[in-house]
Amino acid sequence: MSKIIASAAIRGARRIFAQAEAKYREALEKYGPDQEIGFPNTAYYLPIIYSMTGTAVSKVKDMERVLDMCRRLIPPPVRESVPLPYLAPALDAGMATFFAEEMIEAVRYLEEPDRYAADSEEVTEGTMWLGAANDVIFRKRGVEFVDGTAPGFAAIAGAAPDAATAAKIALELQEKNLYVFMVGQNDGKRFAEQLVEAGVQIGWPTRLVPFGPDIQQAVFAIGFACRVAMAFGGVRPGDFRRNLIYNKDRTYAFVLALGDVTDEWYANAAGAINWGFPTIADTPIPQVLPTGICTYEHVVSNIAHDQIVQKAVEVRGLKVQVAKVPIPVSYGPAFEGERVRGEDIYLEMGGGRTTAVELTTSKNMEEVEDGRIEVIGPDVPDVEAGSRLHFAMVAEVAGRNFQEDFEPILERQNHHLINQAQGVMHIGQRDIAWIRISRQAVERGFTLKDIGRIIHAKYHQDFGAIFDKVQVKIYTDEAKVREVLDVARAAYAHRDARIEGMTDESTETFYSCILCQSFAPSHVCVISPERTGLCGAYNWLDCRAAYEINPEGPNQPIQKGAVIDERYGQFRGCNEYIRKASRQKVENVSLYSLMVDPMTTCGCCECIAAILPMCNAIMTVDRDFTDMTPCGMKFTSLAGSVGGGAQVPGFLGHSKYNITQKKFLSGDGGLLRIAWMPKRLKDEVYERLKKRGEELGYPDLPDMIADETVAKTEDEVLEYITQKGHPCLGMEDLL
Amino acid sequence: MADGKEKSIDKATVELIDKAQREDISTVFSRADTLKPCPIGVEESCCKICSMGPCRMPRSRKGEGTRRVGVCGATVDTVVARNFARKVAAGSAAHSDHAREVVITFLKTARGESQGFSIKDEIKLLEVALDFGINIEKRDVKDIAIELGEKALNEFGKQSGELIYAGKAPLRRQEIWRKLGVLPRGIDREIVEVMHRTHMGVDQDYRHILQQAARAAIADGWGGSMISTELQDIMFGTPVPVLGSINLGVLKEDHVNVVVHGHEPLLPEMLVAASRDPGIRELTEKVGAKGVNLAGMCCSANEILMRHGIPCAGNFLQQELALVTGAVELMTVDVQCQMQGLASVAECFHTKLITTSDRAMIEGAEHVEFHPEQGLDIAKRILAMAIENYPNRRHAVYIPAESQDMVAGFSHETITYLLGGLFRASYRPLNDNIANGRIRGVAGVVGCNNVRTQHDAAHLAMIRELIRNDVLVLTTGCSAMACGKAGLLTPEAAHLHAGGGLAEVCEAIGIPPVLHLGSCVDNSRILIAATAMVKEGGLGDDLSDLPAAGAAPEWMSEKAISIGQYFVASGIFTVFGTTWPTLGSENVTEHLFREYEDMYKGMWAFEQDPVKAAGLMIAHIDKKRKALGIDKGRERVLFDMAMRRAME
Repeated sequence: MSKIIASAAIRGARRIFAQAEAKYREALEKYGPDQEIGFPNTAYYLPIIYSMTGTAVSKVKDMERVLDMCRRLIPPPVRESVPLPYLAPALDAGMATFFAEEMIEAVRYLEEPDRYAADSEEVTEGTMWLGAANDVIFRKRGVEFVDGTAPGFAAIAGAAPDAATAAKIALELQEKNLYVFMVGQNDGKRFAEQLVEAGVQIGWPTRLVPFGPDIQQAVFAIGFACRVAMAFGGVRPGDFRRNLIYNKDRTYAFVLALGDVTDEWYANAAGAINWGFPTIADTPIPQVLPTGICTYEHVVSNIAHDQIVQKAVEVRGLKVQVAKVPIPVSYGPAFEGERVRGEDIYLEMGGGRTTAVELTTSKNMEEVEDGRIEVIGPDVPDVEAGSRLHFAMVAEVAGRNFQEDFEPILERQNHHLINQAQGVMHIGQRDIAWIRISRQAVERGFTLKDIGRIIHAKYHQDFGAIFDKVQVKIYTDEAKVREVLDVARAAYAHRDARIEGMTDESTETFYSCILCQSFAPSHVCVISPERTGLCGAYNWLDCRAAYEINPEGPNQPIQKGAVIDERYGQFRGCNEYIRKASRQKVENVSLYSLMVDPMTTCGCCECIAAILPMCNAIMTVDRDFTDMTPCGMKFTSLAGSVGGGAQVPGFLGHSKYNITQKKFLSGDGGLLRIAWMPKRLKDEVYERLKKRGEELGYPDLPDMIADETVAKTEDEVLEYITQKGHPCLGMEDLL
Repeated sequence: MADGKEKSIDKATVELIDKAQREDISTVFSRADTLKPCPIGVEESCCKICSMGPCRMPRSRKGEGTRRVGVCGATVDTVVARNFARKVAAGSAAHSDHAREVVITFLKTARGESQGFSIKDEIKLLEVALDFGINIEKRDVKDIAIELGEKALNEFGKQSGELIYAGKAPLRRQEIWRKLGVLPRGIDREIVEVMHRTHMGVDQDYRHILQQAARAAIADGWGGSMISTELQDIMFGTPVPVLGSINLGVLKEDHVNVVVHGHEPLLPEMLVAASRDPGIRELTEKVGAKGVNLAGMCCSANEILMRHGIPCAGNFLQQELALVTGAVELMTVDVQCQMQGLASVAECFHTKLITTSDRAMIEGAEHVEFHPEQGLDIAKRILAMAIENYPNRRHAVYIPAESQDMVAGFSHETITYLLGGLFRASYRPLNDNIANGRIRGVAGVVGCNNVRTQHDAAHLAMIRELIRNDVLVLTTGCSAMACGKAGLLTPEAAHLHAGGGLAEVCEAIGIPPVLHLGSCVDNSRILIAATAMVKEGGLGDDLSDLPAAGAAPEWMSEKAISIGQYFVASGIFTVFGTTWPTLGSENVTEHLFREYEDMYKGMWAFEQDPVKAAGLMIAHIDKKRKALGIDKGRERVLFDMAMRRAME
């Protein structure tokens, strides 16, 4: 830390602390000490304070203690000559700055409840500032950090000189798959406002997140990182050191300081260094190049706007694999969430108004000419803006290593792959696909042929190891589309029957998934045909394909070996593997139980099941349900206790699909133990639930399972299921 | 008589040497002019341990002709090794007896029997207690402290087993010690054994004698000195960076000047407390002085500077000169490095010279014995004596203007903090910047002043050369004070004197390129810091793997030899200047300078030219960098998700 930076950071910290103190006094006077306070819909209180100190600030009076800590952390100003060492005090001051800012923001939520668009992923009519991510948004986005689709984030303070430069920087960051968290202003301009001016879509879906108009909202970015460590890394609140080092090693975040760096900015930048997040500035401020707290340099300055993203990525030590796809628009996961609506739509296919169908199928080697892309029927240049077309895409794949089982795996990728093109929206799959192409994309020259190019390029990049050639045929002629639809539907039915028929007993090989170990180092998934991955993204076939594609990768075959316990699903091979892969953190794992050695979760699970002891039953809740559940915990608290690779009997993370798989909790009584789930989840899996209930002799099972419309507490669940005669009441004691 | 400028590089010192000369006051400088060192003694080729001698065995000027032996047949190798081992024993005894006094006071404090002392650093108490294998769960601080005091005291008289603190060394180092049979059993036992083995007719194999010398030295560095530092920190507080000032200019004409000289911080701590007493302030006003001005001298100075920022009057060769100012009302001395010449200088002025330790009296000085039971009362009594003496100034006072600000107070604990703050404290940034070459290595430059070489000059020349070459310097004792006077202990010195890489790191952290770690017992802090570097990882798994070196370019005391020997035995290449006490025996010198490298992975060297000596240190550092594979620039590693998954 140069003396200039440290001096400024300490001055800034002192000023921000004074504001926090004043805000606290105001709040105390206006609302009283017992007024509840905090960020909306989160189990992590004020997350920086909570993660660093273990202090849960939930009432106004709780802030007094934190203010005391700040007083001890903030050092006296740096002496002009013969100064005492200032790096450490400045880092401490930076930490105190974040504590103070979190408290300022908490009071702000109280004073101006409409300042931020609470619980919204996108800009609303009332405000463009999104504020702290609630736990639903946090988990959804956090998963992308964990699985590697988002390697980190850029926290942008200030503004670019003009809207065009801002848009260019944002695009470059998006192309590197990074999230962009925007705060503060420079010379009255704000980066987020500049993006809106340039016509860029902002919000969580496009990874361009306008947190707030002032520098203080930097705490929403840092708080996000703190929560990642707690939710996925299993770091306990108060274990500040592990949290900080976790973030240094795993969350590839950095600060881009655009514009005049004020004392307050310096204070925030100093704070961020504690997390290993360096600052890259476009102004000629002093640099701090020696390494140690961050992976590489701490402050790098005077970087031109056309180099600043590249420089930042290098300083942070991040290797980004950027997909090269030969299409006229940008391409990457950051563009997945972008919407194409209303006047923006140039061409629409599917979505109920026309037919749209996608099929990936295997062919003989000689039938496929690699890279051949045909559009049969009208393409974009042949239609007017605002048109609709029918659509059928057949990807024909061939190769020595290609197996029929891989067809659906590739096909299922179409959604992501097409959706990642800038200005193209893709929803659904199979025969319910829905594609919109925007005017902007068309202006840049995007045609249907480019969809074929995406498929060709990305299939090769991501799955090159399992096939040799792929050609794509796109039909827009209605009669041809109908023909393809019939063929496709037959293929879907064939596949479904095959998957349904697979059992754990039918194979000796299960697969591991340690994709999430980048963030949850002790978590290991074991995936069998009847237990799909808890994130919902990987089934046994996916893992098998992933292993074929990359034999050194995160999915490894596990020879399940001798059966140790048939009921709970314990296998010698699985146990041996899990001990090694969890680095001795987990001893044994049951595939079919939440009571005995349940499988751990990284925190990415779609649902969490928990016991309801009074009911002798189990409930499950998905992560979109934010209310209280009958077990007395919200999803986010449940995730807090089981996430991060901890083995907690009585709780289990699982996917939605798994609920209706035959082995679901079979050691604990199976699906018939389920006494409660949220209404929306029940509706989503209704068909399969009903079918499975019938198989088990309870055709009314969906109705017997309580939801929040009939039971909010365990007592109410008991009353409901008793009235319905739910089978769990007659089952053996769970405990 | 020669000009003062040849005697010292320090302006204040030169002025006062000249003043003493003008006033015909005998000082170490004038006596050195008339008394030349004994040419046989300087090479240690003289044996006086029995009354059949002394046997003088000087090297032949025409080269080796006959085998040199004493009347008993002892070879010159045996004689030189015995003399060397006895120096080590004396040095180890000095540090360890200091430590014993600290432990006794600590125990009395824990038991509530001392006056004015307390447990100031409870966290460190718990840490040290854990090092000593003491159960700290649900126990009263007092109980823990008593058990720690008893266990620490037991280290001195222990007859078997291994020294507890040796267990703090890197495992590889402990293995080496065990293999060579030099892991100390108890502190006193090793010193006694040196005295026995070097008695007439006992151990007469120079290598075997020097093995025990190593053992006694390790008992100092990883025993007495370390215990002393740690318990002092618990009682008086672990040092944190403080602003201080140094040189004779810190004396104040209108104040009652009390100079605290010696080594043990016990009385000085009480004097600091007493000087803030309202009663003392009143007395001062009565005699018309503006206050009591405490100033330190030698290592007592370092102790109270490190913990309270009390100004330092100067280092070893300035002790008599402080009195030559005529401004000192009273000087206290306890143990070590206090020249008897002080008594006759004091006589020329109104100055009272007070001896305070039951182990050390000086003819002509007044004795006010310090006992921790009445610690604060005794301190007040001494200050009252000084105040009463203020009106007795009978000469014109001359205080040189020189006083330099400095930052001191670096300890292992604070270095950890300074490198990362409260939340990310670690040695990682230091190791990282050594690995990336901004910092080439680390050097411990320590030790005394020696009147046979220009005062402070060798320290400064060596240290400037080291920092110019990006070597971070850790310093203690009189060497630290030389640096302080020359302004090297300021962060600004990094720009002025350090190489680009080191300067950049200093600027980042806000530290001087030379870190003041305390008094000469605090050389143990260097061992702890070096061990922490090894444990942080990336720089090998033993102290000898570190790109590091040690030096005492102006050494004079037996303590310095003990320190050097434990540095070397800990695997650190160590260069001494001025003179070398084994030159009488080529075999002994060969053993210490070369064979030691195979045995201890660290060895001695002797080089009078401080810049050349720095060159040897840098060459050694470069050799270690090469062995670690960090001698070439490293490519930046960019991390993808798979690499993150592979992390523990």
